[in-house]
Amino acid sequence: MNTAAAAPAASRKPGKFRLWLKSYVKYRYLFLMLLPCLLFFLVFKYMPMYGIVLAFKKYRIVDGIFGSPWNGLDNFRELLSGRDFPKAFRNTLLLSFYKLVFGFPAPIVLAILLNEIRLVLFKKFVQTLSYLPHFLSWVVLAGVFMEIFSPTRGVVNYFITMLGGDPIFFFGDKSWFRTLLVSTEVWKGVGWGSIIYLAALSNIDTSLYEAAIVDGASRFKQMLYITLPSMLPVITIMFIFAVGGIINDDFDQVFNFYNDAVYEVGDVLSTYTYRIGITQMEYGLSTASGLFINVIALILIVATNTIVKRFSDYGIW
Amino acid sequence: MSMTIGKKSAGEKAFDAFNITFLSLFAFTAVYPFLNIIIVSFSTPAAANQYGLKLWPSEIQLEAYKIVFSNKMIWTGYANTIFRTVVGTALNVLFTVLCAYPLSKKYLPNRNFYTSVIIFTMFFSGGLIPNYLLIKELGLLDNRLALILPGLIAPFTMIIVRNFFMSLPEEIEESAKIDGAQEFRILWSIVLPVSMPIVATISLWYAVAHWNAWFDSLLYIQDPNKTVLGNVLRKIIIEASPQFQQYDTYDPAKPENLITPDIIRAATIMVATTPILCVYPFIQKYFVKGVMVGSLKG
Repeated sequence: MNTAAAAPAASRKPGKFRLWLKSYVKYRYLFLMLLPCLLFFLVFKYMPMYGIVLAFKKYRIVDGIFGSPWNGLDNFRELLSGRDFPKAFRNTLLLSFYKLVFGFPAPIVLAILLNEIRLVLFKKFVQTLSYLPHFLSWVVLAGVFMEIFSPTRGVVNYFITMLGGDPIFFFGDKSWFRTLLVSTEVWKGVGWGSIIYLAALSNIDTSLYEAAIVDGASRFKQMLYITLPSMLPVITIMFIFAVGGIINDDFDQVFNFYNDAVYEVGDVLSTYTYRIGITQMEYGLSTASGLFINVIALILIVATNTIVKRFSDYGIW
Repeated sequence: MSMTIGKKSAGEKAFDAFNITFLSLFAFTAVYPFLNIIIVSFSTPAAANQYGLKLWPSEIQLEAYKIVFSNKMIWTGYANTIFRTVVGTALNVLFTVLCAYPLSKKYLPNRNFYTSVIIFTMFFSGGLIPNYLLIKELGLLDNRLALILPGLIAPFTMIIVRNFFMSLPEEIEESAKIDGAQEFRILWSIVLPVSMPIVATISLWYAVAHWNAWFDSLLYIQDPNKTVLGNVLRKIIIEASPQFQQYDTYDPAKPENLITPDIIRAATIMVATTPILCVYPFIQKYFVKGVMVGSLKG
């Protein structure tokens, strides 16, 4: 039964190889199920990886991927020495940083507050409403927020003018556009993000609280010494995901929110990659830009996971 | 925890009051943007252009809905979205289960290798242009399959299903194996019936993703007859489709203007999202359950 451990590379010896082969014959139906799925990953996930060579080529439509001439690191040089790519890179990092600072703690706080509610019906009601934005696309939300943030009709500007301020054109004002992106992102994600923490909270052994009450611990103390530590493993894992994703800006959001007036502060790596690739047909440059993002993302996720694993037992793999 | 009832301190009472107020306000902000859109969509231009917190349309009219319902693009988008949601989700679920079941078996040869190969795609991909070129090379441009095949199996979802299968007691399959049943039969008649909660959950995940998808349609579909709802919506909401420009003249001095682009936009959003707004309160618990199953063992 231990044949499963034999990897193809370790199958030099005929005995091992035969055992390995035998295990495939024995579990052929199981493998048959997996085969079309592996084929899917091969064709749609691994085959495009070959296209990455375009990052090191000067793409010419007539020559295709194979025939286009190599140009070394020229694409990367062009990206880094240009104006738009470094700007997009900066915008991505800034936006991700703000989203991490405001967006990461928000669901944790919400989960803790919801956990303190004893009225089950009220808790369910708030939770259900808070999930609503998760079920809608940024296309819809862009339309929804154009109304809310409208300088002439929007309720946000109504309150701003009521407090004595001047109406702000959030969608077209460079100094407010990032605030718009960050706040709407936090708004969209907070309810849904709280689920995972609430799940962690529901797994806490209630006898811990009972013991704490007997010992005379206040609710704040219970929160601090029981609730928070119990959430820590989940918080750690979610933090890996969040930091690992710092380079992955939210294309769907930015693409539907931005316009010429705010490119300066709103253009991010993914929208830049899209524009030069699909709109301007600069395949080589766009692939290089995409590769740049993907490699950094991969390094980040491996690094954060390694760090977290060193300090705790938790990690993604 | 029930012991605390009846002997709350003043501080605790203050906290509870704050907490309930805060969460009520929070819940309101979560839904108000949609309430606002509903109100605007039913309003006259004068009512829609009123400044302030709108809680009820002050003047109701259905003009915008008449315009939206007579727009052929919307219905084409609807049909295409329903198609990809139904067919796409069915295929998603089928292949996700077919992938997850073998990988849940410890005795599958090279199981860890295959799992790693799949998980790797969560963290690294070819990128926009290589993916686009692949679809082009496969001849799938302007083909509805381009909206279904590239996302056939979501690795994260697959792992959640695999973990669910792994959590099932092995005994339930033992008797069938002794009877000589093959893996396909065991999966179909023993494992799947007890896995309906997770199957329902992932079906809804995939379905909502299909319903909301628009980017793949923007990339791969040029034919307006195959454009999905999300993309039609995008054209109307964000690119402000020229056919609505004629309504772009709200002037308070001319009350005979029945409509403005903003009201049409609001009505369009309503027509496109009403299905989701109606079903989400009932399906959300499946989503929540799924997240919890996934968080048990990652």
